[in-house]
Amino acid sequence: MDWCEKCEELMQPFLDGTLSDDEVATAQRHLDECSWCAKRYHFEERLRHYVRIAVSEPMSPDLKARLAALRTPLDA
Amino acid sequence: MSDTAPTTADARKLAQDARDRVRFEEEALELSDQVYRVARRLVGSREEAEDLVQQTYERAFRSWRQYTPGTNLRAWLLRILTNLNIDRGRRQQRTPQTTSIDSNEAGDYFLYNKLESQVSDENPDEERVLERLSQDSIVEALADVPHDFRDVIVLVDIGEFSYADAAQILDIPIGTVMSRLHRGRRILKKNLADGAVTG
Repeated sequence: MDWCEKCEELMQPFLDGTLSDDEVATAQRHLDECSWCAKRYHFEERLRHYVRIAVSEPMSPDLKARLAALRTPLDA
Repeated sequence: MSDTAPTTADARKLAQDARDRVRFEEEALELSDQVYRVARRLVGSREEAEDLVQQTYERAFRSWRQYTPGTNLRAWLLRILTNLNIDRGRRQQRTPQTTSIDSNEAGDYFLYNKLESQVSDENPDEERVLERLSQDSIVEALADVPHDFRDVIVLVDIGEFSYADAAQILDIPIGTVMSRLHRGRRILKKNLADGAVTG
């Protein structure tokens, strides 16, 4: 079997930390000797971080004020 | 015992109730930035996200007693928001209904391979490859992921909710969260690869 292909299959659960110990060991053994796959794993990690930042849009001050105004008045 | 005792107890209970309510509202408001960030990517436009968040807080403040103190308040708020979003019939969905999911999928290395081939260096590092993606292209690519998959990506990868929380918020099994997340990320990466132009 093609180890790079196997490694590609395992990438998401590997980075999510949902693999069994055996599967982690299998992937890690391959990654230690295959910089081609290691690069793609590292890219995936960076991509996830980058996506999170890129799609983050702060709330407008207007909405913030509208939400604060929903609070129950203290003297109620 | 004087006959005013029950009244005092009632007053004390009322005061405690008011304090609990104020604390609930403060805690919920502290989470509003995070709630908005998630909401913004669950729906197509800023206006829709703002409406949804406002409605969520209106409903949350009305039904604050249903929240169990000590449980995940952010997840509780998102559950309300998701239900409201479904009630609204997910209007103004950007997702093309005709898109076949299969045609939008590729392996997990597909995006990297495509971007790397566009960089002129012989063996570029990952950062150079990542720079191929603009912020706008990422926002677009995420918006074009079909909503069942996008919801999970937004909750787990953007909102950083656990699988268990995402499952509860969306009212689907954890296994479904995980499979949608994996397929959704592949669709997202395929969209990014399709959107990445040479130059």
